[in-house]
Amino acid sequence: MKTDDLINMLSTNVEPVDRGQLRRSLGLAVALGTGGALVAALLTLGVRPDLHEPGALAFLGLKLAFSAGVVLVASLLLTRLARPGGERRTRPVLALLPFAAIVLLAGLSLAYAPSTHWEAMIVGDMWLECLVSIPIIAIVPFAVIVWTVRRLAAPTDLARTGAFAGLAAGGVSAMGYALHCMDDSLPFIALWYGGTIILCTVAGALLGPRLLRW
Amino acid sequence: MIANEAELRALMTAGLNGDAAAHRVLLDRLSRHLRAYYKNKLARIGRSADEAEDLVQDALMAIHTRRHTYDPGELFTPWVHAIARYKLIDHLRHTKASMADGPIEDAADFEAQDDHAGAESALDLDRLLARLPEKMRRAIRHVKIDGLSVAETAARCGMSESAVKVSVHRGLKAMAAAIAQGRTT
Repeated sequence: MKTDDLINMLSTNVEPVDRGQLRRSLGLAVALGTGGALVAALLTLGVRPDLHEPGALAFLGLKLAFSAGVVLVASLLLTRLARPGGERRTRPVLALLPFAAIVLLAGLSLAYAPSTHWEAMIVGDMWLECLVSIPIIAIVPFAVIVWTVRRLAAPTDLARTGAFAGLAAGGVSAMGYALHCMDDSLPFIALWYGGTIILCTVAGALLGPRLLRW
Repeated sequence: MIANEAELRALMTAGLNGDAAAHRVLLDRLSRHLRAYYKNKLARIGRSADEAEDLVQDALMAIHTRRHTYDPGELFTPWVHAIARYKLIDHLRHTKASMADGPIEDAADFEAQDDHAGAESALDLDRLLARLPEKMRRAIRHVKIDGLSVAETAARCGMSESAVKVSVHRGLKAMAAAIAQGRTT
């Protein structure tokens, strides 16, 4: 094929481009993923039964705030990374902010608690369920986000883009799991929520180069 | 970066608004930059220059089908350069070349021009089209190759105008994907 012929073809009947499409679609993908994760968590795990207690409600709010913070930062960075050269204009350090906040709170709560309580606060009752549920629930939002990025975006750093897709999916999934989770301690949230979300991020970084190639 | 950022950016913006003439000029200019860039890079790591034209076309196709990812508030040349570089790295990675052989960081070569009009790749347009589903193939043939309007094509194929537009859009993306795949197999 002659390059001139290709140029001819591409510049015949050129349609105007919808410039807001990329941002809108990525936002929609995260929203759909969130909806999917919440429904999946409700159907498979169910809501925690003690929601009428104020303490439970406060911890649910805290877990949701942390996960939503992760999702927000990840989505913002993902929107940048979705454009060619976007990796030069992103500061991945921003993604650490929600983690730094929860680790700080966890540290404070340990400092004010007697050391005999530490093990119970860190390990909780359902750490295994948390460790398994969050990555599994994350699969659906991850697929939706990756599909959208593949279809519309043009990332030029696939590992990093995959990592932030994984981070967003992990955060969304943690929001869903929080509805069910009854382990109410800050160190538990920092370690098991934070840890599994980071696990999702690493998985995304590993899968990115394969899944996001264009 | 390329010296004529302002000019290319104006052409790109016009093209995004549907100005076909500006889009043609843009792709033509970019093809020269891309050709010089790829020939230079491939030569520097001791690869055949024959691969350059495949890469030029792959990059042009990517620039066209992903042009909505350009944010008009940002500089244009870094956007193009990022695509050109991505396609080169992808090519080298999937053809098992050692990345340590040559630096591909600097954009200085991108300023070079190459007047190789009529350059040809190993890709075959008919074969690319043949891989598409019937509807997309007909839409692309009429609208993008024969230059019929969307309305005429719609009437001729018995499709709605928006269906024609969608078919053209999806067809071009499928072709871009096929080019990107075919380059490395």
